[in-house]
Order: sequence, then structure tokens, then C-alpha cells
Amino acid sequence: MKQAIYKVTSNKRIAENIYEMILEGNTTGILPGQFVNIKLDGFFLRRPISIADCEEGCLTLLVKVLGEGTQAMSEITEDSYLDLLTGLGNGFDLSKSTRKPLLVGGGIGCAPLFYLCKQLCSRGIEPAVILGFNHAGEIYYEEEFRRLTPQLTIVTADGSRGIRGFATDAMAAASYEYFYTCGPEPMLRAVANVAVTEGQYSLEERMGCGFGACMGCSCKTKYGSKRICKEGPVLESGEIIW
Amino acid sequence: MVNTKVNLCGITLDNPVIPASGTFGYGYEFAEFYDINILGTFSFKGTTKEARYGNPLPRIAECTAGMINSVGLQNPGVEAVIKEELPKLKACFHKPVMANVSGFSLEEYTEVCAALDKEPQIGWHEVNISCPNVSKGGMSFGTTEEAAAAVTRAVKAVTKKPVIIKLSPNVTDIASIAAACEEAGADGISLINTLLGMRIDLKTRKPVIANKMGGFSGRAIFPLALRMVYQVRQAVKIPIVGIGGVARARDVIEMMLAGATAVQVGAENLVNPFVCKEIIETLPTEMRKWGIEDLSEIIGGAHECQKM
Repeated sequence: MKQAIYKVTSNKRIAENIYEMILEGNTTGILPGQFVNIKLDGFFLRRPISIADCEEGCLTLLVKVLGEGTQAMSEITEDSYLDLLTGLGNGFDLSKSTRKPLLVGGGIGCAPLFYLCKQLCSRGIEPAVILGFNHAGEIYYEEEFRRLTPQLTIVTADGSRGIRGFATDAMAAASYEYFYTCGPEPMLRAVANVAVTEGQYSLEERMGCGFGACMGCSCKTKYGSKRICKEGPVLESGEIIW
Repeated sequence: MVNTKVNLCGITLDNPVIPASGTFGYGYEFAEFYDINILGTFSFKGTTKEARYGNPLPRIAECTAGMINSVGLQNPGVEAVIKEELPKLKACFHKPVMANVSGFSLEEYTEVCAALDKEPQIGWHEVNISCPNVSKGGMSFGTTEEAAAAVTRAVKAVTKKPVIIKLSPNVTDIASIAAACEEAGADGISLINTLLGMRIDLKTRKPVIANKMGGFSGRAIFPLALRMVYQVRQAVKIPIVGIGGVARARDVIEMMLAGATAVQVGAENLVNPFVCKEIIETLPTEMRKWGIEDLSEIIGGAHECQKM
């Protein structure tokens, strides 16, 4: 964990209720699947947000407006400065990936899969990607993902774009040797039901500190309790109790 | 040079700054962030006889200037603390540590304290009779004078090290409970634990916390904690550890003027993991600002002013 001040270089709406915030600052050692914890004016607890992309000196966060904290984040203007804790959580384990991994994202859960996808591609692995949304208005980063991989499937619940249905419907029809997934809990449960290989799940929980001190986000696993913020947020399929 | 040393129940602290139980784990994880030997000491995670997973999730809720937690005393149990956590701590912390103990029966309190009393690195027992998260046991010991005194007597009978009783603010008259603990042999009093609080999610129309209610802490509770420290100071002569909403060096001074010998920092650690380091580093400047040369001389200073 590191604490540092970051400069907001842009913050714009990219889809319905979804904002893309780009931050300038130290990015050394930040891994895909990790998250940052952001101090916001007027709020006591920091807000944990997954890392959507990371290049040297430049961090991208995608934020879905769900409550008062994320609403405040959407209103942060360019050239503001933010106090972040970075390098939080374990991140995805890329060494477990085979040559044919599948990434399955749902809603704002697609965000951490982008940085993962980029890192896999840079290792010469080309993943297939399934991104699920409620409707066309919520779709983001379609072109960005397509630039990384031609094997991109967009799914919407109402059929307003791509295949009609859920991300897990597309997953059931896909061929893969390993998977990574992030999304709302009902989707992750559905992934566990249709998955035919091992994989990794990025989970979410209300957190206190985000760095392992308060035990606010400890969940039970097959191998004892784990802190989502410290031993997670990424857990392997074999250890999760659904 | 200003003097930040204070004496807490016979043990000298380099400064009065103590991370509070439940916000600092067993210490060694914070040693990755800074050298924790700069602390006065710290109070480790509340420890019970058996391992406890604690309460269901969510356990955390945001509040204005504070937070609610309902962790429910998650800990690996006293045996694992002695075998696994304390050796890891010993490698990075070279001062006496405060052992925070919780229990569901007098026997549990005495068994856990007796086991920890043998550990050389334990300096004090901080006996939590106030955790609001546990549905049976924990709460009741802290809410009557008789029960608080009974725990104090039982723990004192099996320990050689100083026993500090940590009190709940969720009572009618905290001073009388503190006095009962002193009468029963307590070496010190720490207060306050969290205040019972609640939040409701407007979308689901249900409590945010799975256990419905939890302990409210953070900056918002500072004036309440300060008032209770002041009241308890008038009721007891033993040292007081002031806890609640402390986030800056000037809060430490204010708490000591109310009657605290040392001060614990709780929720603020969770939003600023470096807060105790910052308080310790800025304390000498803050002391000079208010004309304080020896910190221990201001303990209870607000009371003396009133008498004049």
C-alpha cells in the first residue's frame, strides 16, 4: 500500500451513469485487479474503486454513480487533487492463465477486466471477452476492448445491442480453458453455475479501511476467512463458498 | 525540548498516542507502512478464548464525520494470538503492548487474561466490557456497576499486570461504573467504546449493517468522549485512557486536559493509516504553541482551572 496525491486530468461521462476519471501520479507496481481507496471531501470513509487501466504515470478509474460518494466523484473537476491509497488487494493472478482465457464482465465489473486484458495481451495471450450490460446506453469501452482482441462479445439483457441475454448465456456457449470474471454478485453466482473450468472472481464488499486493518470485509472461504480488501478482491473458484 | 512522556499504570510511554483496538490488527501489518516503535504503545485486536468469525456482512456503514462497524470481535482466539500473532509482532515492535480482551463469561475473561499475563510483551490488559456488537454477554458486563466490578475483580485475581477496564458509553451514568471498577481494583479506565448507531439504505429500505446496528465512531464522537472522560476524571483517581474521535495533536491535548493520561486513536487509522505517526510528529509543535513543556503536567488541567 502507498499513499499519494494524484491530479485529475479528466473526468467525463462515457455511458449512462458511468464516468471515466483519469489521474496523473505514481503508478509503479499497480497490478490488474487491484483497487485504489479515494479520500473525498465531505465523506468519512474512503471509496474503493477498481483500476480500469494503468500506464506509466497515468491511472484510469471507471465509476458508476450508485450513491452519494460516487455522485460526488462524478462531479470532481479537472485539475483537482485527490488523496489515494494505491496497490490495494491481491489482483488477478496472470500466471494461472492458459493460452485461451475468457474474461466475463457485467456492468461496472467490466472495468478491471480492461487492464487485465491489456496485460494478458502484452504477454502474447489473446483472451476472448464477454461484456454484459442491461441495455445499449450502459455500454462503455467497447472500442477499447476491440482494439485489444477481436474476440469480443457484447450482451445486453434487453437485446438493444449485441446478443440478447446475460453474459453467462454467452459464457455457456463459449470455449475456453480458464476464466476471469467481475460483476454483480448474482452474475458471479451464475458464472459459478455455468463455468466448466477453474477461474478467478473479483468480489466486492462494503469496506472500512481497504488495507486489512478493520476486518470489515472478511468473508468465509473454504480455507478460512479472507479479507476482501487484502487477501481479495480476487478469489479462486476453488475457495469461494457461494 | 518538550517532554511527551507519560506514565500509564507504572509503565512509561514515550508519548500518549495509542492506536485503538480493532483499528490496528495485531500491529505487524502497520509496520509495513511506518516504524510502529514511535507509538506510545497500541491496543491489539479484541481477543477471545476461541476463534471467532464475527458478524455477517455488511459490517460497515458511512456516517457524517464517522462510521458504524459491526465486526463482532473477529479474532483467531487467544491460543493462536500467543502462538502466531505475538511472535510476528515481536519482530517489529519492541515496547510493551496493550492486550485487548473480550469475553462472554467471567471464566472466559479470566482464562484469556491469565494466558496473556504470562506473555512478556504484554504490558497492560485492556478488558473490553463494552462491545455493542455481541448479542449475548459482552454488553451486559459494562452496563451495571455490579457486573463491571465482578469482571474487574475476577481479572485482577488472575493477573499481575495492570488491568484497564474499557467502558461503554451506552449507559446512563458512566462515572458510577468507572468508580465501581476502581473500587474493585482496576488500575485504569479507558473510554469510550463505540456508541450504538444505525443507518438505513433508502433503496432497499433495510438497515445497511447486516446486524442492523453497530458501533458509531469517528471524529463526530469527540465531544461526547471528551465529556465522559471529564466526568470519569471527577469520579476516579486511577489513570484514564481517552478514546473517541481523536484525529489531531490538538485533540490529544484537549483529551488530556479533560483528564486522560493517554489517548487512543481509532477510526481515523482506517481512513489515514499514517495518522498516529502524524500526531506524534506534530505533538511537540502543538505543545509549544500552547505553552506546554511537560505533557504529563496538563492531565486533568481543565478541572484545576474550574476550581480557581
